[in-house]
Amino acid sequence: MHRHPPVSDTAPAAVVVEDLHKRFGELEVLKGVSLTAREGDVITLIGSSGSGKSTLLRCINMLEIPDEGRVVIGGEAIALKKARRGRVTVPADQRQVERLRTRLGMVFQSFNLWTHMTILQNVIEAPVHVLGVPKAEAIDRARGLLDKVGILAKADSYPVQLSGGQQQRAAIARALAMQPKVMLFDEPTSALDPELVGEVLRVIRQLADEGNTMILVTHEMGFAREVASKVVFLHQGRIEEEGAPDKVLTDPDSDRVRQFLSRHLSGAA
Amino acid sequence: MLELLSFGPNGWGGQLLLGTAMTIAVAVSAFAFGIVVGSLGASAKLSHGVALNVLADVYTTIVRGIPELLVIYLLFFGGSGVATSIAQAFGYDGRVDLNAFTIGVLAVGLISGAYSTEVIRGAVQSVPFGQIEAARACGMGRWLILRRVLVPQTLRFALPGLGNVWQLTLKDTALVSVTALAELMRVTHLAAGATREPFLFYSAAAVLYLLLTTVSTALFARAEQSANRGVRRA
Repeated sequence: MHRHPPVSDTAPAAVVVEDLHKRFGELEVLKGVSLTAREGDVITLIGSSGSGKSTLLRCINMLEIPDEGRVVIGGEAIALKKARRGRVTVPADQRQVERLRTRLGMVFQSFNLWTHMTILQNVIEAPVHVLGVPKAEAIDRARGLLDKVGILAKADSYPVQLSGGQQQRAAIARALAMQPKVMLFDEPTSALDPELVGEVLRVIRQLADEGNTMILVTHEMGFAREVASKVVFLHQGRIEEEGAPDKVLTDPDSDRVRQFLSRHLSGAA
Repeated sequence: MLELLSFGPNGWGGQLLLGTAMTIAVAVSAFAFGIVVGSLGASAKLSHGVALNVLADVYTTIVRGIPELLVIYLLFFGGSGVATSIAQAFGYDGRVDLNAFTIGVLAVGLISGAYSTEVIRGAVQSVPFGQIEAARACGMGRWLILRRVLVPQTLRFALPGLGNVWQLTLKDTALVSVTALAELMRVTHLAAGATREPFLFYSAAAVLYLLLTTVSTALFARAEQSANRGVRRA
């Protein structure tokens, strides 16, 4: 079976997360999580629902603002400050957050393509209006990306005219159009009919093979094992175990991971 | 008898046409003003500031809760006074007299704006949050998100409601006739009195109003169709 080559410990860090805490009201979803993604890493975050894996991913690009801890993107720490008499944490510099977000491509569970734009318009929107890429150049690049994910024929269709799998591939092309340093995938196949999962995983696998740095929340254990350079298992807001996929997914130290795998691996490859 | 409606020397045709033009001018200005007020009102209602919430609630409650004719009277008799005190607060000494057109636009616009506030608020809330999150994740800033994602998406949900508000606004302009502004209703009233043919002229006015609402309904339907690209299958 295909395996992701190990990433050297000396490769530069693309994303560093230090002692991240996140509360939603009384509920503490992240209780001090630290994680480093080096360039070329493909990290899969696994764990039961409610373990905090999606929240962790969303904290990396500040879609959720962590209450404590640090997020460092390409060596630059995101500045946070306390607001409203110290009860809420907010970005100290919204511009910095917006700038760093352009280096992080995000793919959502529910695609979130802009419904009032065609697929091509979706893909060129941020390059043109955020990065200032000339429109003709952005269109050229977008066509190339749509071809790469296999839906160039749908360039002028609206999202509603596409299947879920096609929409998710378009969403991946939209994220790639920003030429991000790191791709974040939040359960990219969970909203898809089973027969459409494969076409999306094929695209993600190709991106992994090309050496892209990616952090991926997924329930597809077989896929995690194949593409990951590192697997991280979260349990109740803490990292329970992390390491090489062959170790964590076949011979974990933690009983919790073992139990989780016995529930999830039965149906997977 | 139909000579009375003609454009000849004894006909009121020219006057009716001018009145219709004035009605359209008041209605379009008031509706546009109402959209501005409605957008501000909706953002105030959706903001996290309690003071803004209360302010917007007071506005919509008052304007929607009293007869529209009364709003016009209040502005007609109080508007110039208020405008004068505002001007004086900014150091202007003289008296500010608002003309009938301005008062008509302000009054009907405030009424229209109260209804637009609710329509726009509902429409903004209908936009799926994922649409905004996707924009944030690409590094788009507040204004870019507003312009490129939130407004087009809101428009789609707001257009049917705004079409209704437009019809109400157009008909409410008839109430402005009490200020003697020469819009369609006022002209009709004068013609009816002068010729002693009230039924003829009021019927003519009904036809003209109906023509305006029918044409504008068709325009709104077309706008809805274009805003709904990507929602219904082409």
